[in-house]
Amino acid sequence: MENIAITQEVKPPNTSKGPVKWLQDNLFNTWYNTILTCLALVFLFFVFKGGLTWIFTQAEWEVIPANLQILMIGPYPIEQAWRIWIVLCTLFVLLGLSAGVWKGLVLRISAAIAIFGLILLLIPLDVVKNSEAEYAVLEFNFNIIYLIFLKRTWLLGGLVLFIVTFFLGRDKNVLKRWVIGGWVLSLPYTMMVLHGFGENSVSTTHWGGLFLTLVLAAAGITMCFPLGVLLALGRRSQLPAIKWVSTIYIETIRGVPLITLLIMGSVLFPIFMPGDLQLDKVLRAELALILFSAAYMAENVRGGLQAVPQGQVEAAQAVGLTYPKTMLFIVLPQALRAVIPAIVGQFISLFKDTSLVTIIGLLDLLGIARSVLANPTWQGRYIEVYLFVAAIYFVFCYAMSYVSQKIEADLGVGKH
Amino acid sequence: MTENTTNDPIIICEDVHKWFDDFHVLKGITTTFKKGEKAVICGPSGSGKSTFIRTINRLEEHQRGTIIVDGIELSNDLRNINLIRQEVGMVFQQFNLFPHLTNIKNITLGPIQVRKMSKSAAEEAALALLDRMGIEDQAYKYPAEISGGQQQRVAIARALAMEPKIMLFDEPTSALDPEMISEVLDVMRELAHSGMTMLVVTHEMGFAREVADRVMFFDEGVVVEEAAPADFFDNPQHERTKLFISQTLQH
Repeated sequence: MENIAITQEVKPPNTSKGPVKWLQDNLFNTWYNTILTCLALVFLFFVFKGGLTWIFTQAEWEVIPANLQILMIGPYPIEQAWRIWIVLCTLFVLLGLSAGVWKGLVLRISAAIAIFGLILLLIPLDVVKNSEAEYAVLEFNFNIIYLIFLKRTWLLGGLVLFIVTFFLGRDKNVLKRWVIGGWVLSLPYTMMVLHGFGENSVSTTHWGGLFLTLVLAAAGITMCFPLGVLLALGRRSQLPAIKWVSTIYIETIRGVPLITLLIMGSVLFPIFMPGDLQLDKVLRAELALILFSAAYMAENVRGGLQAVPQGQVEAAQAVGLTYPKTMLFIVLPQALRAVIPAIVGQFISLFKDTSLVTIIGLLDLLGIARSVLANPTWQGRYIEVYLFVAAIYFVFCYAMSYVSQKIEADLGVGKH
Repeated sequence: MTENTTNDPIIICEDVHKWFDDFHVLKGITTTFKKGEKAVICGPSGSGKSTFIRTINRLEEHQRGTIIVDGIELSNDLRNINLIRQEVGMVFQQFNLFPHLTNIKNITLGPIQVRKMSKSAAEEAALALLDRMGIEDQAYKYPAEISGGQQQRVAIARALAMEPKIMLFDEPTSALDPEMISEVLDVMRELAHSGMTMLVVTHEMGFAREVADRVMFFDEGVVVEEAAPADFFDNPQHERTKLFISQTLQH
């Protein structure tokens, strides 16, 4: 009898619940919960009704399309805008190749970015002419249609390049090295193309809008991460000189608000520099952002380093790995994996902190939004403009957060 | 006892001392291990036996005396330390496998990065080792996905992949469930018969009696007694040794 009972396969009890069951169990299980649920529904109804009514009927959204160009690229000369498009297309090429070569998670992330591009292609945000005098007048003259057509063509071209390079790079493992090299070079390349040379070059005083925000954030994120890792390793170094320099740097920077660093970079720094040697203003802001974030990044990474057991280092040493290789192959992969949420949190922070460059007179997305609002034509359109800006910040920050969750799942954090 | 032991010394320890702050862990260990010798080191916890074998590949630094491994003296010279570590494999009580790498990558990392072996050759060797350990089918899993006994066998394979001349075992079965101990001991027994020089810190007295050429008994940082296993277990000379043997063999 007992033997039979053991060998019989016992299925787990059915605990799956339908949505109706869930509602019954959680929202309507007692008479007072039912009342609370109904009250909450009424409350939510009025909040949403108010918000949605405003968004769809009362808000005057024409301020956005009319200023779209300035919100996106600021005072960047429109006849030089092709530089930005070239950069975007190059990035699409790199994305496509990466998606083809690595597949898996990289493919899914790249595809999501491409789909986002496709959505932008279809949203008719820019059908209003960008001139204050004639705003909101849908003049279908040749010039506007040409400009809109041009933008669409660039974006479409980027997407086509993405798909083409995806198929070109598919399963070509030999390309991996080149694609990584391409990504490494993409930052200096981007800066060079955006700035240009000679009489057609676009000085950074003309950089602005979302474009400037993205440049500051992208360069900041890619530079502060390696610097932070080095500082974290430095702070744990056995060599007193390296240890103390790292510690003093980290503690000093963390003890100072970012605004002070930005102001020091913009006001104090030029005073100390010899007369004819002047660093670019955007570059100085960028340096302040990088140096600031690197200190926080270092502490995040150090937290991860402490989570790696000493036995791991000993095992690596026992097979004869040198210190740099022990760090590179054994300690850092585990340390960084453990603190992905903190690292991405720092990236998101940095992205939003770029808005502080307004203080030193740079016109990033938020700064340019304020300058749009200062224009009498758009007086009182605060909510519309700030909602739009907030939505843009949210899209980028949430995208980073979402990608980090996917990376964690892919690396099997907490599993192995 | 085993046929493989030669007379060439491979590890020479002269008056080795070690302190943890003020605590004197090793109080002058002088001994020589011959090529192919299997030595089992036992003793109560805190006796310095683990610390002693960890000084041999410099996971612990000794503060007085000399240790010469395979003709190279252990000093602060990093090059020498790395050279010795290539020749000395180590197996830990807690396995210390790299959790973010698959089992086969755990094994091939050293040969590829240190021995500069090609990836394909290293993988081929690793699969052969896993086969020898009886766990070839676990190659592409992660350490967390296999049992403790299998993990320890991967760890042994990882050490062997470097083709070391000496293997150090630091209580290799102490963290294992009883039913997994024998599968690890079987692998170690096979390794002993292949002629490897082995220093084993363990409480497995049956293994010591069967495999060892010499049993060393540590207590309070000194070698209290060392002898061939037959003499050691059947005819211990010191009171401390007798007490230890009677206590460990009781269960």
